[in-house]
Amino acid sequence: MAMIGLWILVLLVMIAVGAPLLAPHNPFAQELGNRLQPLWSEGHILGTDSLGRDLLSRLIYGSRITLYIVGLVALIAPITGLLVGTVAGYVGGWTDQVLMRITDIFLAFPRLVLALAFVAALGAGIENAVLAISLTAWPPYARIARAETLTIRSSDYISAIQLQGAGAMRIITKHIWPLCISSLIVRVTLDMAGIILAAAGLGFLGLGAQPPSPEWGAMISEGRRFILDHWWVAAVPGMAIFTVSLAFNLLGDGLRDVLDPKDSEK
Amino acid sequence: MTLLDVENLWVKFPSRQGVFEAVRGVSFTLGRERLAIVGESGSGKSMTGRAILQLIRPPGIVTADQVSLEGVNLMQKTEREMRDVRGKRVSMVMQDPKFSLNPVMTIGQQIIEAYRLHNKASKSIAYEKALSMLEAVSIRDPKRVMRAYPHEMSGGMGQRIMIAMMLIPSPKILIADEPTSALDVSVQRQVLSIIDTLVTDRGMGLIFISHDLNLVADFCDRVLIMYSGRIVEVCDAKNLHEAKHPYTRGLLNSLPRLNAPRKKLDVLSRDPAWSEAPSVSGRV
Repeated sequence: MAMIGLWILVLLVMIAVGAPLLAPHNPFAQELGNRLQPLWSEGHILGTDSLGRDLLSRLIYGSRITLYIVGLVALIAPITGLLVGTVAGYVGGWTDQVLMRITDIFLAFPRLVLALAFVAALGAGIENAVLAISLTAWPPYARIARAETLTIRSSDYISAIQLQGAGAMRIITKHIWPLCISSLIVRVTLDMAGIILAAAGLGFLGLGAQPPSPEWGAMISEGRRFILDHWWVAAVPGMAIFTVSLAFNLLGDGLRDVLDPKDSEK
Repeated sequence: MTLLDVENLWVKFPSRQGVFEAVRGVSFTLGRERLAIVGESGSGKSMTGRAILQLIRPPGIVTADQVSLEGVNLMQKTEREMRDVRGKRVSMVMQDPKFSLNPVMTIGQQIIEAYRLHNKASKSIAYEKALSMLEAVSIRDPKRVMRAYPHEMSGGMGQRIMIAMMLIPSPKILIADEPTSALDVSVQRQVLSIIDTLVTDRGMGLIFISHDLNLVADFCDRVLIMYSGRIVEVCDAKNLHEAKHPYTRGLLNSLPRLNAPRKKLDVLSRDPAWSEAPSVSGRV
């Protein structure tokens, strides 16, 4: 199953890279005489939207935006979480209390609501959507990293390096980070689906990517008005979001089986 | 010549049930010799070793009139200054090599890091140093071992690697905290003889923490016997079997001996007066 997920994602990356070659039309070219064409109509395999733009081309270009958002969030959130979590776990005491209470505050809000608040404050747009989603995604990573650090820091090899005279910085970056990373990677892949949904949700509410950009969430939002008569305008990007989310989850499950030391003994 | 002078060392842990005193007023000196600290579990022998390096985690508190290393009082040093002492001047080998080597770093990386923490040297010089250090602890094929991960090593090799790692910054004092208790008997002697040659050749002081009286009697020069955080007796290792304190006698009599077989071994009876009695000084 994990391999299916992986292949879907490889395909997605290839589509995003080769978008200009693969897309049959310009995703922004409007053709008002040809609007709301059904599936399999001539020249437009997936039909057209309310402005006569080719849905397949928009879908293909939309994969770039999705990957951009997912990639950036997957970089920012785990790194922030890793920093906060390992420092809190290693230093302990007041630092731990303060950092983890801040984490708790972020965890207390539903993810999309908090992201909405941030985007509303920062202004709509893809970059701000990335920032907002990252801000809501880091706390679980901080918790995982802290838990790992707590078990690692009392182990003998950390004492060994301490009594060789290593400082806190060196121990955290060179000895604790490498050991935290495998559990964070699993969490990242399992989180990807959530990130895609959050990005699409922001797009749907008009706070993520702005028109005419072919972001999948925004495309669903546009299709919503014709959902009864022209269902495919919303369903096509919906299927894309569904497939990619599923692929990330399958891959995440597979990675967890590989990287989790508790399971590998069976 | 005195390398280390410890006077009235206390280690306390405040807890909800009151203050727990792990080490209670221990004094001893260490020259260029092999000093053993012997005692049962929980007698404070490992805590003494860690307290010298000030590696007791909070909330633990270390107090002492002085812990001086070649005339410099370590108690007045800041954490940053202590980092220069640890490893470079005083080093420690721990009990189980399985847990004291980082599982995700190669052995080479770890030994090189240990060297470069205290010496500004290029990677290639450090690599050469590490190779010769591994040879000094009689590891065959050191180049292959440098690339290996700790789980690929046997216990005895792991402990020799630990010794190499701890001795590569050439410290003055080595604290060995039960370095052989995780190893089987045939490997124990080999590791001990390596420690012995390295320590004598480099003119270092060795504090050997153990619970194995026979081993200590053979291997060390002087023995401190600890009981509930205090030193109850100090004697020369070769005279250990003539020890006078009832606790030491009890420990000796609870071991089976080939040349004096007995039907029943003695059970150690503990006298509360022992833990009340003031600590015997191990200073020379």
